[in-house]
Amino acid sequence: MVRIIDRRFDSKNKSAVNRQRFMRRFKQQIRKAVSEAIHGRSIRDLENGEQISIPARDLSEPSLHHGKGGIWEQVFPGNDQFSTGDRIKRPLGGAGDGAGKGKASQDGEHEDDFVFQLSREEFLDLFFEDLELPRLIRTQLAKVTDYKTRRAGFTSDGVPANINIVRSMRGALGRRLALGSPWAARIRALQQELDEALARAGEDSEEVRDLREELAALRARIERIPFIDRFDLRYNNRVKEPRPTTQAVMFCVMDVSGSMDEERKSMAKRFFMLLYLFLTRSYEHIEVVFIRHHTVAKEVDEDEFFHSRESGGTVVSSALELMRNILRERYANGQWNVYGAQASDGDNWDNDSPVCGRLLGKEILPWCQYFAYVEITAGEPQNLWREYAKLEAAHDNFAMQRIESPADIYPVFRELFKKTIA
Amino acid sequence: MKTPRPRTRGRAAKAPLPSGSEWTVEAIDRYNEEIARAAAHYKLDTYPVQVEIITAEQMMDAYASVGMPVNYHHWSFGKHFLATEKGYKRGQMGLAYEIVINSNPCIAYLMEENTLTMQGLVIAHAAYGHNSFFKGNYLFRTWTNADAIIDYLLFARNYITQCEERHGEEAVELLLDSCHALMNLGVDRYKRPPRLSLAKEKLRQQEREEYLQSQVNDLWRTLPAHELRTDARAEARFPPEPEENLLYFVEKNAPLLEPWQREVVRIVRKIAQYFFPQRQTQVMNEGWATFWHYTLLNHLYDEGLLADSFMLEFLQSHTNVVAQPPYNSRWFGGINPYALGFAMWRDIRRICEDPDEEDRRWFPEIAGSDWLETFDFAMRNFKDESFVAQYLSPKVMRDFRLFAVLDDDHEDKLEVSAIHDDGGFRKLREILSDQYNLGAREPNVQVWNVDLRGDRSLTLRHTPFRRRPLGDGTDEVMRHLARLWGFTVRLERADDDGKVELLHEIRGETTRPRPPG
Repeated sequence: MVRIIDRRFDSKNKSAVNRQRFMRRFKQQIRKAVSEAIHGRSIRDLENGEQISIPARDLSEPSLHHGKGGIWEQVFPGNDQFSTGDRIKRPLGGAGDGAGKGKASQDGEHEDDFVFQLSREEFLDLFFEDLELPRLIRTQLAKVTDYKTRRAGFTSDGVPANINIVRSMRGALGRRLALGSPWAARIRALQQELDEALARAGEDSEEVRDLREELAALRARIERIPFIDRFDLRYNNRVKEPRPTTQAVMFCVMDVSGSMDEERKSMAKRFFMLLYLFLTRSYEHIEVVFIRHHTVAKEVDEDEFFHSRESGGTVVSSALELMRNILRERYANGQWNVYGAQASDGDNWDNDSPVCGRLLGKEILPWCQYFAYVEITAGEPQNLWREYAKLEAAHDNFAMQRIESPADIYPVFRELFKKTIA
Repeated sequence: MKTPRPRTRGRAAKAPLPSGSEWTVEAIDRYNEEIARAAAHYKLDTYPVQVEIITAEQMMDAYASVGMPVNYHHWSFGKHFLATEKGYKRGQMGLAYEIVINSNPCIAYLMEENTLTMQGLVIAHAAYGHNSFFKGNYLFRTWTNADAIIDYLLFARNYITQCEERHGEEAVELLLDSCHALMNLGVDRYKRPPRLSLAKEKLRQQEREEYLQSQVNDLWRTLPAHELRTDARAEARFPPEPEENLLYFVEKNAPLLEPWQREVVRIVRKIAQYFFPQRQTQVMNEGWATFWHYTLLNHLYDEGLLADSFMLEFLQSHTNVVAQPPYNSRWFGGINPYALGFAMWRDIRRICEDPDEEDRRWFPEIAGSDWLETFDFAMRNFKDESFVAQYLSPKVMRDFRLFAVLDDDHEDKLEVSAIHDDGGFRKLREILSDQYNLGAREPNVQVWNVDLRGDRSLTLRHTPFRRRPLGDGTDEVMRHLARLWGFTVRLERADDDGKVELLHEIRGETTRPRPPG
């Protein structure tokens, strides 16, 4: 007597609760590991989970067991050289055959790290938690929409080119059957009577002739039901649907002049990461353009963007000009949602700031979905800030904020994106 | 194995069993049917079988919750799951082909990734081998109740969930941590636990809570009869006899535990008790199951039911399972219980069927007897320790080339105390048997005294076995005990010469187990 039960489709993730509990319990260690991991990550790399390792000794489960020492007498297999009474040197480290093997090595000995994989969600939760993120924002930005037609069933009117023949004929057939059914039933009854009458009285009788006439009349009525009628016609229906464009380009503009130190760059990086992440929630395909500038601007790859250092003065307009040019060359065909984020410490060559304001207001903002400026500084606002402040009033797709410490990044980010909803 | 029966291949009345690597439910059903028939032929007495097909992920779930189909939630299971998952995903380890649960009906898990051959092997191994062992062996019969275990686990999980809802997850988690730390020392070794059943547990649990609490209060009622105490009485210890089951003692006597906490302690204790026989019968049990999958499948092959391709694949994994690397191999990880057990069972059969002079000298009572009867007797009445002491034959010791090494930390060299020669067989057997003695494997720590009239402190006494000290983590375990007990706890060591030394002392309320991080 056997029962075979296929459990493969039963509730999965039975261990999910235990896993959560594990995560909760070791949150501190995991959080620490996550924040360390962030520094080593590429900003486009947030789609993946993260391998986390915490010291195994932090999460050991203690138990009472024998330690090393005392007398151990143990049996081993595979004797190839020993005779009774042989004396052997104690193996070094006591790890081999001999000293208190087995029990002792279970706990204290190896303090290897306990390594495991965080899923993307878990990683992001922790990532945002590090920034004191209360929850992920799910607001939608205004999107450029594109239209696409798609089939949407059938309608009863339309242009002849759209007639759906099968549907129409099916309707007609049904209608004919339905309309003819009372007479069809009568015909069957008459036919039976006729057969009986024929058998009883023969072809010539009055009764048979009447029946035949009646039958003929009924058949004629059925014949008169129209083969196809106007209301049988069905047309393929197509509707136009707005479809969000699923590609976006994100410009990361950063000041790398001497005054931007590593700490500021790291803050900028986190800000760019957030923005990138935010965009991935709305767009399938995102291109990122990195522009860094001091007195001249240059388009670079990500690695160089974050890691190389420059010194010297600052001309912000150079970067904006480059951005405008790239925008015109590559992303001007209307297929792209353009986002810009600029991070700077606010230093700029004095005469340049009005130029920046003009460039941004006239030549960039009209093309952008959104442009955010963050000033990473603890000091007084600089001239660039004042210039941009004028723009903020005039353009609702422009926002600016100041970041003083890493803890500000998320609130600032939130603030920046709140504005577009309103 | 050489089968003395003449081969009857070719005259099979039945169609051969399906072969190939893909399994289907029908094929599994047919395999099971034939294996059951072969098992009946050898008079294996089993619980009804329930075969469950699961995915690798579910197998990891089962792993993480110590192989049980239901279990309460705890972070340590999550940790085990993560570790298993990591190992498995990186291909560092394979999963066990099977998990079998000592329940009635006996539940055997088959992984969907297994080939048909593996499924056949697992059915023979788990659903008939282990199953009959669970049903017959005296330890399992004494300590576990196959009819009720699933019900009990269900009760336990629901109860613990309720506690979490009422008292907060954290409180329950900390309590469970402490209980888990003492789990090893939470088993009765010489008493019969009452039978468990879901209905009865539920019914009696309320009653028990109130009763226990009243008992505890009584214990600490010191006001009356104070002047009656004499000095002789004051010296009386509580408990009068040392208690080896720490969790039991805590459950019954810890002064500050709430009723629900006592119930949780009890749950952990009961589950520890359930696994107690498994820890003591590894060699026997695995050897038994391995012997039977080998014998049953060979039986079917001899009947012409199994294809050669099946046998080749089966023998290959069988050989892997019973491999015993020598002591100096990098793969050496102690004596492989599958290998030793399998060799011993086969050897017993050989002694019964085809004894030589040596066997008659060593095993006069079984040499030449009916092997099935001898097997049945041995399976029912032994555990690893006594099984090795009784049945380990010189031949097996020679085949394994066993030798014993004495490691005394007072000496600067190790000494080979016995090898597989005439002078050493008995000594070897004794040492190996001792190695499987739970009393020697686990430290002997017992509740020694509670200072009833003073600070209510609890004293444990460690009696070292051959001067072996306690390992790392002892301090941590004592902290956990202190959390359960609520007052000062101490750990002493009583040496052979009667000297008593204080090892650890965790003082009263002030200390708590180290919080994570």
